[in-house]
Amino acid sequence: MSLVFAGICSHAPGITGRADMADPALREPLYAAFRRMREQLAAARPDALIIVAAEHFANFFMNNMPSFAIGMADRYSGPIEDPAWLRIQPTSIPGNAALSQRLIQQVMQTVDVAFAEEWKFDHGIMVPLSFLTPGYDLPVIPVNINCQGPPLAPLPRAWAFGEAIRRAADTVPQRIALVGTGGISHWPATPDSGRINEAWDRDFLDKWSRNDQAGLLSYSDADTYREAGQGGFEIRTFISVAAAARGKGHLQHYQPIPIFAVGCTVAVMDIAA
Amino acid sequence: MSLYQLQKFLFDLNRDPSLQSTYRSDQQQLLGRYELTAQEREAIAGGDIGMMYVLGANGQLLMHFAAFLGMAWPDYIQAMRDGVRPHGPVRAGVYAMTTAMDEKVAGV
Repeated sequence: MSLVFAGICSHAPGITGRADMADPALREPLYAAFRRMREQLAAARPDALIIVAAEHFANFFMNNMPSFAIGMADRYSGPIEDPAWLRIQPTSIPGNAALSQRLIQQVMQTVDVAFAEEWKFDHGIMVPLSFLTPGYDLPVIPVNINCQGPPLAPLPRAWAFGEAIRRAADTVPQRIALVGTGGISHWPATPDSGRINEAWDRDFLDKWSRNDQAGLLSYSDADTYREAGQGGFEIRTFISVAAAARGKGHLQHYQPIPIFAVGCTVAVMDIAA
Repeated sequence: MSLYQLQKFLFDLNRDPSLQSTYRSDQQQLLGRYELTAQEREAIAGGDIGMMYVLGANGQLLMHFAAFLGMAWPDYIQAMRDGVRPHGPVRAGVYAMTTAMDEKVAGV
């Protein structure tokens, strides 16, 4: 039918895995923001959820690294991480291979996307799902943008990929929800973990909320690396959602939580015609 | 040169429970499948997270190897600093340390 929901959120593994190390005064408003997003997602009555994530070498490695990939299976599993470490129990997540195939064929009209009939979800998908569909009852279409192993696709290609996802979603009979997950500025998995450039984040989120295409595509990877760390490369997922939804964004939560290693973000976006 | 092989080992180990079993039962046999330098092999065998970090192992891979070894989060973060202290800055990749040695931005 069409795209019926669009949003973005953080996916840092600390959000679940290090929950007990965070100040509850910071943690609980984030969890409340996830619950609100869960309600908004449910209210849109989606038949499937496309999650555009930046994975972290769970499935794709430098032996064969696609810039863009979409899952095409009826079942997925996750998390790939130690359940005790991530504090999310191993589970099976429904997919929809036939729907994936239709979407992929449409995306391929403009973007040479890879597909994968096997996909083990890592925290990039599992942390958001644990909040948004905790019963794991909504079919998921996993999507990956390589933000981990340079060279990375240029930002205008991430935008084009988002546009392709929108065109594809609008051609299928199902009601499609879209969520992009990632960090903004952050330096995860380094001794700097917890460093957050709040001013940079807020400027990016302002551009995102105004759906300022030129502004969103103005970052060079060198600038991002310097100002926002290697984790900042994940802006590609948020950018693709802006390209797909084309509307105004609404930032519903932003709060740096150093022990979670990221400025924790929850936002939704209007879907423009 | 063989940083790719070091990272491939971590990638394979992280996603394959059967390799995790092999790692515990016959580490030498498993490591023999990868073209590692003596320094890399020694760092892996010794669980030397700090050395592997300095050699440039991608943080997302190394983070899970540390968890696999049973390291608590604060110990893992400190192990990376303890690698940089004697061995110098990270030599490859995009996971460089930019904070000061005693600057614990998240309190750990």
